[in-house]
Amino acid sequence: MNIHEYQGKQLLKGFGAPVADGVPVFKIEEAEAAAKALPGPLYVVKSQIHAGGRGKGKFKELTAEAKGGVRLAKSVDEVVAFAREMLGNTLVTKQTGPAGKQVNRLYIEDGADIDRELYLSILVDRSVGRVAFVVSTEGGMDIEAVAHDTPEKIITVAIDPEKGVTADDLKALNGALKLSGDAAKDGESLFPILYKAFVDKDMSLLEVNPLIVMKNGRLRVLDAKVSFDNNALFRHADVLELRDTTEEDAKEIEASKYDLAYVALDGNIGCMVNGAGLAMATMDIIKLYGAEPANFLDVGGGASKEKVTAAFKIITADPAVKGILINIFGGIMKCDIIAEGVIAAVKEVGLKVPLVVRLEGTNAELGKKIINESGLNVVSADDLDDAAKKIVAAVKGN
Amino acid sequence: MSILIDKNTKILVQGLTGNTGSFHTEQALAYHGTKMVGGIHPKKGGEKWDGSVPLPIFSTVAEGKEKTGANASVVYVPPAGAAAAIIEAIDAEIPLIVCITEGIPVMDMIKVKARLDRSASRLIGPNCPGIVTPDQCKIGIMPGNIFRKGSVGVVSRSGTLTYEAVFQTTNAGLGQSTAVGIGGDPVKGTEFIDMLEMFLADEETKSIIMIGEIGGSAEEDAAQFLIDEAKRGRSKPMAGFIAGRTAPEGRTMGHAGAVISGGKGGAEDKIAAMEAAGIRVSPSPARLGTTLVEAIKG
Repeated sequence: MNIHEYQGKQLLKGFGAPVADGVPVFKIEEAEAAAKALPGPLYVVKSQIHAGGRGKGKFKELTAEAKGGVRLAKSVDEVVAFAREMLGNTLVTKQTGPAGKQVNRLYIEDGADIDRELYLSILVDRSVGRVAFVVSTEGGMDIEAVAHDTPEKIITVAIDPEKGVTADDLKALNGALKLSGDAAKDGESLFPILYKAFVDKDMSLLEVNPLIVMKNGRLRVLDAKVSFDNNALFRHADVLELRDTTEEDAKEIEASKYDLAYVALDGNIGCMVNGAGLAMATMDIIKLYGAEPANFLDVGGGASKEKVTAAFKIITADPAVKGILINIFGGIMKCDIIAEGVIAAVKEVGLKVPLVVRLEGTNAELGKKIINESGLNVVSADDLDDAAKKIVAAVKGN
Repeated sequence: MSILIDKNTKILVQGLTGNTGSFHTEQALAYHGTKMVGGIHPKKGGEKWDGSVPLPIFSTVAEGKEKTGANASVVYVPPAGAAAAIIEAIDAEIPLIVCITEGIPVMDMIKVKARLDRSASRLIGPNCPGIVTPDQCKIGIMPGNIFRKGSVGVVSRSGTLTYEAVFQTTNAGLGQSTAVGIGGDPVKGTEFIDMLEMFLADEETKSIIMIGEIGGSAEEDAAQFLIDEAKRGRSKPMAGFIAGRTAPEGRTMGHAGAVISGGKGGAEDKIAAMEAAGIRVSPSPARLGTTLVEAIKG
């Protein structure tokens, strides 16, 4: 689960991290009061969407020359003028895709005098099974580009979960970021704070880009991108309250109600599969035969008839879907259950596109029989190869 | 020789009394008489399991191990308590722990991993389908009927793709020595390298199928391991597959560990690394068996 920058900063502030004063704004009328509540004379007006690249992003409704999604204002009037241009409009960044995202929230923040911009993130380093800091002196820019062009400028410090951030770790981090004096002292207090926030709140990513050294020599968290481990949300009711469902795909929200793993994609063949690996492999084989999947959907290991019906409805509700492939390798899940769920769903919502079904494993013959005797216009496939070829042919034939 | 488990493996079930634990314990008992020796429940110690065999229930893993001589445990405990269950098994010095549970917070697994590193226990999983040595022993949730005793070692991050590999090698007449699902989580007990080491050392295993997916760099690490071992004269014919060629960056694809992030963990890099290590990587999940047959022919 992702949250907005301003929510991330409020959360980090609660742990004692140095962040600028700021006020979230939901309506244009709130902008003036928000700016007046800050010391000035510099203000930053920041679009709050769940996507990166906001600064270089462009608003669809404005001219190409108009400023991006993060703007520096020098007066309260300018803050209000910017808010008018930004709120409610659609910001397109390299992470939003061409459709962009509507900006429904702004964050008005106190400006800072920046001396240096650094990069800091905390994540789970899978290769060692530990939480790790990833830092670089090259902050404020695309860290992927830094990783590609100058990998030696990115330094990773993994933390022993039983010791926490040690004096050696602090030395390594301060050294990697070339911090000295007040900034180094700030680092010694900030790094353990960020680690504690990460661990206590079960984050999966905490990215501060940039972490700045101000002209007065002090550190400040200038941006905060925070994601949480979905598997741990059950123990963080406070985090769940920060969820902004307007940032999520409606089909994905619906799927999550039925505990279905669903990811919307751009193609036109809807997929329903059991198992995450097989679901990805099914997408891949559709592509291999020249078409594109409309979604990833894992119905899980022990799906009920109701779950299968819900999954089928979500797929057919997507107007982009021109054909459906159901691919089940029944291990624990029985193929006859799947067949009954599909038939129940088809009877309820109808079937306007070709449907190819491949059933293998437990009770596969029974499942095939149920489908063949249903009188529905469903194509049976012998194996995954056959299934993929048949659905691609059916969609291309239309 | 098989790896990890055989007909003498004695298994305790942590989470026996739940629906999942009960169901799969029956399946295991029915699979060539897998030696399920008892269950663990902190409040039901001394009671009997009401399954087809009245297995004893113990309050702790340590007690269960002492009274049954168990040398393995399987964990079906729900996510919130699963890490504590694994740690209890580590503390009881159970040599092989298999965790099926999906959805354990990664921070919990980091704590487990630290404990595991200081112990002699091996953990398979979590979020995995388990282990099967055909005709001898079945731990976990894999369907027993697709297996056939044979010579292929199967290792996979995905459950249902393990079934595909097993089914296809059964149909190809090769059968399996042992099949192991290592799980789809980012932090887990056993990685590809550990399994490949065991399969290379196992005389019964004549060839290997390795199935990876997007996320992390375990496949690249495994490829480097295979290159190093080949230089020492150890190698076996291998086929492979990577799921997620079409997955978009930044989206978690079902498995918590299946995510391309920061431009890393993509399928193409993994496929290139595996091919460089001599693995024949199938472009289609439907051709795992035939690709392995080609690899064996050379």
